[in-house]
Amino acid sequence: MGAVHHTPVAPQGASFQPGMSHSIPESRLKRQRWYDLAFRNTTRLFASLVLVLLSGILVTLIVGSWPAIKAFGPEFLISTEWNPVTKKFGGLVPVFGTLTTSFIALLIGIPVSFGIATFLTELSPLWLRRPIGTAIELLAAIPSIIYGMWGLFIFAPIFAEHIQPWMIDHLGPIWLIGPLFKGAPQGIGILSAGIILAIMVIPFIASVMRDVFEVVPPMLKESAYAVGATTWEVVWNVVLPYTKIGVVGGILLGLGRALGETMAVTFVIGNAHRVGTSLFSPGNSIASALANEFTEADGVLYTSALVELGLILFLITFIVLALSKILLYQLAKREGTLT
Amino acid sequence: MEKSALYRRRRIVNVICLGISLLAVLFGLFWLVWILWTLLANGLQAIGPSLFTLSTPPPGSEGGLSNAIFGSLLMSLLATLIGTPIGILAGTYVAEYGRRGWLGPTTRFINDILLSAPSIVIGLFVYAVYVANVQHFSGWAGAFALSLIVIPVVLKTTENMLRMVPDTMREAAAALGAPQWIVISSVTLRGARAGIITGIMLAIARISGETAPLLFTALNNQFWSVNMDAPMANLPVVIFQFAMSPYRDWQTLAWGGALLITMSVLTLNILARVLFPQKSTLA
Repeated sequence: MGAVHHTPVAPQGASFQPGMSHSIPESRLKRQRWYDLAFRNTTRLFASLVLVLLSGILVTLIVGSWPAIKAFGPEFLISTEWNPVTKKFGGLVPVFGTLTTSFIALLIGIPVSFGIATFLTELSPLWLRRPIGTAIELLAAIPSIIYGMWGLFIFAPIFAEHIQPWMIDHLGPIWLIGPLFKGAPQGIGILSAGIILAIMVIPFIASVMRDVFEVVPPMLKESAYAVGATTWEVVWNVVLPYTKIGVVGGILLGLGRALGETMAVTFVIGNAHRVGTSLFSPGNSIASALANEFTEADGVLYTSALVELGLILFLITFIVLALSKILLYQLAKREGTLT
Repeated sequence: MEKSALYRRRRIVNVICLGISLLAVLFGLFWLVWILWTLLANGLQAIGPSLFTLSTPPPGSEGGLSNAIFGSLLMSLLATLIGTPIGILAGTYVAEYGRRGWLGPTTRFINDILLSAPSIVIGLFVYAVYVANVQHFSGWAGAFALSLIVIPVVLKTTENMLRMVPDTMREAAAALGAPQWIVISSVTLRGARAGIITGIMLAIARISGETAPLLFTALNNQFWSVNMDAPMANLPVVIFQFAMSPYRDWQTLAWGGALLITMSVLTLNILARVLFPQKSTLA
């Protein structure tokens, strides 16, 4: 303790007086050490709270779905039956709906996001970057229920009247993918849900892509320009290979968002418990099944089957998001060592 | 001759691809404009004094959204009050103490996942641990669910902002003999204040539109109610119910509520970005 006697310590609070030279009483030092310990441990407690929260969610979902897991076993994942009357439940329809809509969302969202990120990093004049970037990010700020309402009342009628008939006429006869575009043009259904999800994930994927594109060392790009590459060749052959880990990370982040999206999908997917071969047919997703049925579910088994769906959703998104983060951390780490 | 053909082809490819990238931007902006225009076109007719003074009506009679607006404000406020200190303290640990050891990096990783985790699962969680035990839906349950969404957002921004404070400032304070808790609370946290406020604003914006976690927690209440221990009306769930209903006047009210929420969320977002510019906050 004697060693620190002559160290000036700020008395209390934030006022530092560098000129202070008298020695600090031992008791005050001790008190400061105690404050330090208390502060450190308080913050540590709250940090661990986040881990407790995650484990809490997992445990709760497992406990809640236990009756269904016991009753149906692994068959839950392959059964399409969903019958509250006979108390037979299988999760294939909503799981299929969640995966298909998210897949459609990525199919549309990835190229568009890539285009936006390319524009924002390579093409756009400097003064335009911020406004456009912000506008695209605002797409992510619009609450999902707004997308749902807009999708149901505005998008679906237009889609049914103008776009679906065209698809039936022109895509329907094509071999192999034809059956996907058959059936009545209702406006709502798997495809509409996928398209609206695409609009919702674009800002997430685009903003990650833009961020990782921006870390490409200018020297690499300039070297490519110097040997005569066009802007597109620089993006495709230099920027993209350099950032591919981050790009995949961004795509997975968008996928994670799409999988768990609830309200927008609930409005437009049609909420029908069946698997159709056509993308026009109404379906169901895990999140929308929960939103529609959970508060009305009666009986332990019904509720528990829904909770099991929630558990499946949580596990899938957890894995996807964890992968996404690992990839993005890897890119960040490589950046750290390179610069 | 052959060479110039190659050049021309490369140039054409370049122009086409960059043109497509411009189209992609227009594609994105197109939806934003369309959605906002729709909201204005349908929502403005519902905006009027009665929207803020009357409670949600039964179908066919006049009414407003006052109970839902109040419920949303109250639950968002409480959720922010609960979630913000937790997020800031946890973020402080991750950024200041968590550089070594396992807890810091693990918390950061898990938090990043919770940030994007499906919000409906949060609703399920609060339902199971709180609503199922007290046997009724309540405003408190809604506020708890929303606070669980606030925490990751605030934690993330706090951590990011603290990391941007240069280490030299910490060292300077420590060299003056300040104990670490004073260094953190009055030097680094103070330096990061603007950024943390942005995080809180974005968190409020995020929860004011959240519907899914409220469906199983606060549910809805047709009447004016200030009882946090009873089901509480809130804008998102009212919009959901009214929009899905077959009644014209309910749908009009839903559009009004939708316009209200979107405008406040967008205003908060733009304010946060203009007042405290920072890098993207989506990932």
